Amino acid sequence: MHLDVRIPMGLLFLLVGLILVVYGFTSDPAIYAQHSLGENINLTWGGIFVVFGAAMLLLSRLRRS
Amino acid sequence: MQFLTPMPVFAAAGGPAAASGVREVVLHLAPVDYVILGLYFLFVIAIGWVLRKYLKTSTDFFESGRSLPAWVCALGFIGANLGAQEVIGMAASGAKYGIATSHFYWVGAIPAMVFVGVFMMPFYYGSKARSVPEYLKLRFDEKTRIFNALSFAVMTVFSSGISMHALALLLNSILHVDYNLCILVSSLIVLIYIVTGGLTSAIYNEVLQFFLIVLGLLPLVLLGLKDIGGWSGLMHQLQGYSAAQGMPGAWSHSWAYMGSEKSNPMGIEWFGLVMGLGFVLSFGYWCTDFLVVQRAMAAKDMSAARRTPILAAIPKMMFPALVILPGMLAVALLQRGGHGGFSLPPAADGTPNYNMVVPAMLAQYFPNGMLGVGLTALMASFMSGMAGNVTAFNTVWTYDLYQGHLNKTATDAHLVTVGRITTVVGLLISVACAYAARQYNNIMDMLQLVFGFVNAPLFAIFLLGMFWRRATGHGAFFGLLLGTLSAMIFHGLTIPVGETAWIKGGWIAPHWVFHSSMAQNFWMAIFAFVGCFAATVIISLATAPNKTDDQLRGLVYSLTEKIRDHGTPWYGRPAVLGVVVLAGAVALNIIFW
Repeated sequence: MHLDVRIPMGLLFLLVGLILVVYGFTSDPAIYAQHSLGENINLTWGGIFVVFGAAMLLLSRLRRS
Repeated sequence: MQFLTPMPVFAAAGGPAAASGVREVVLHLAPVDYVILGLYFLFVIAIGWVLRKYLKTSTDFFESGRSLPAWVCALGFIGANLGAQEVIGMAASGAKYGIATSHFYWVGAIPAMVFVGVFMMPFYYGSKARSVPEYLKLRFDEKTRIFNALSFAVMTVFSSGISMHALALLLNSILHVDYNLCILVSSLIVLIYIVTGGLTSAIYNEVLQFFLIVLGLLPLVLLGLKDIGGWSGLMHQLQGYSAAQGMPGAWSHSWAYMGSEKSNPMGIEWFGLVMGLGFVLSFGYWCTDFLVVQRAMAAKDMSAARRTPILAAIPKMMFPALVILPGMLAVALLQRGGHGGFSLPPAADGTPNYNMVVPAMLAQYFPNGMLGVGLTALMASFMSGMAGNVTAFNTVWTYDLYQGHLNKTATDAHLVTVGRITTVVGLLISVACAYAARQYNNIMDMLQLVFGFVNAPLFAIFLLGMFWRRATGHGAFFGLLLGTLSAMIFHGLTIPVGETAWIKGGWIAPHWVFHSSMAQNFWMAIFAFVGCFAATVIISLATAPNKTDDQLRGLVYSLTEKIRDHGTPWYGRPAVLGVVVLAGAVALNIIFW
């Protein structure tokens, strides 16, 4: 059987999501006022990426068992 | 959709803008953005590397061993199509035509995608054909196959070259990266993951690219909507813009202004739209283009293969929100104007350069971090477009031209090697095309025109081939030639308003004037289709059948056993699923009427 595509996909989104969340906490809030209408978009979309990535990994685990 | 929206070659990006001192679009990246981009490249290559060990036979390399689940094929199907042409081109069209651009989806894609799944996939997947040209050989004859294989092969390397060129030009403009470096890096990455993992690697990366593009561009649309004051704010600004353009209401309705070619910015009336785009061009692309059909043929069984395009139609239906909306938002934001807000660099003729909508919105709304994600999504769209073309090219070359003619007794292992070498050669030709495009813009217009002539009548012979057993090899081949010829003659006799006679048409005599080149294009397709259809029928009746009924079993509707799927639940049945998807498309058309 092939590699399950959800594994690399889940890993990539999980990693990118984590990077975004960490960056969202540490970056200068001024960049959000300047760009994303004051919303800390790195934090929110980083969170969404983490959830999506984790869900993909979970699904691939569930299928195997 | 390379045939529908002529690829925006970003010739004017940067040039005049810099000269006149107007703001250029430049993305200022931070280390975090580079990390995200680098991580993506790493994964793309790693996928190919891991898949390398599953790759043993030529079936693995060219057809993914016919082993993938329907949902993976469906996302690959849609991902291969979600190239930069779509992301950049549809945003530009959204700005130029408003909601009516959705016709490219709800009219120009969904019905054809359902049709290919329900009616045509049984013949593609059920026959022993490994490619679309090979189906033509089984159904008609060798010359029809060669004609299709050659024109398709040339078109794919050319398209991937155009993708490469557009990517390099864009990155050069918004990031000031060296053009040559972009070409080198993008072609090398695609090369590595296809040579190592074959079609599976391409499809897996397309799935990844699909999610990256969706999740990377969605926040852009949401922020743009929030900025303009939500949907009602957008509609309000578009009302003002439409009125200012002398076509009140046209930007915020898909059908209401399609009654006459004068009342909408597309310059087309409903009949030409439905027949030309919705029937001839759309069915011709989705039902016969090996680039997309190949993805469905990689599925693990007949049911999965048939469900692939239908499942793919579900996200496809939603794409207008992702790729057209940014263009509409850009127009609305420009219309609102005011306090240091959104702006676009001017194109060569002084109007806003709508090809820069997506990059400009990235620069406007994404802070570092998400900016890296957005840029990655953009890169992903270019690479999926390139890889899709390259995998289709290496399969057609290896199976239809190499094994079919040059070396009929090649061993399986030899074919895999040929496939790998073809990938390298294909990419090298693409690179050459990219540089040619950079040098001579006219050559690209010319080639696109020629492909238009060849592609327009194509669907007629597939339709006749699959549903009329009497269609013969001579009928199909000469029908195709005559169809192409009628497209050329039509082009020579018509011209879009305000153009000079030559590459835009009218080179015989500019007899009929169309309101837009899009209208001319749609009507040319209708003529080519009718010409090819009539010629194929007449020539078929005049010639003797060249295949026995036995040879046509599994290739023609009336001679193929119907597939029974009564035992499976509704969501596993292509026909039921297809009706549900069509109902969704009808609903969307009515909602945005």
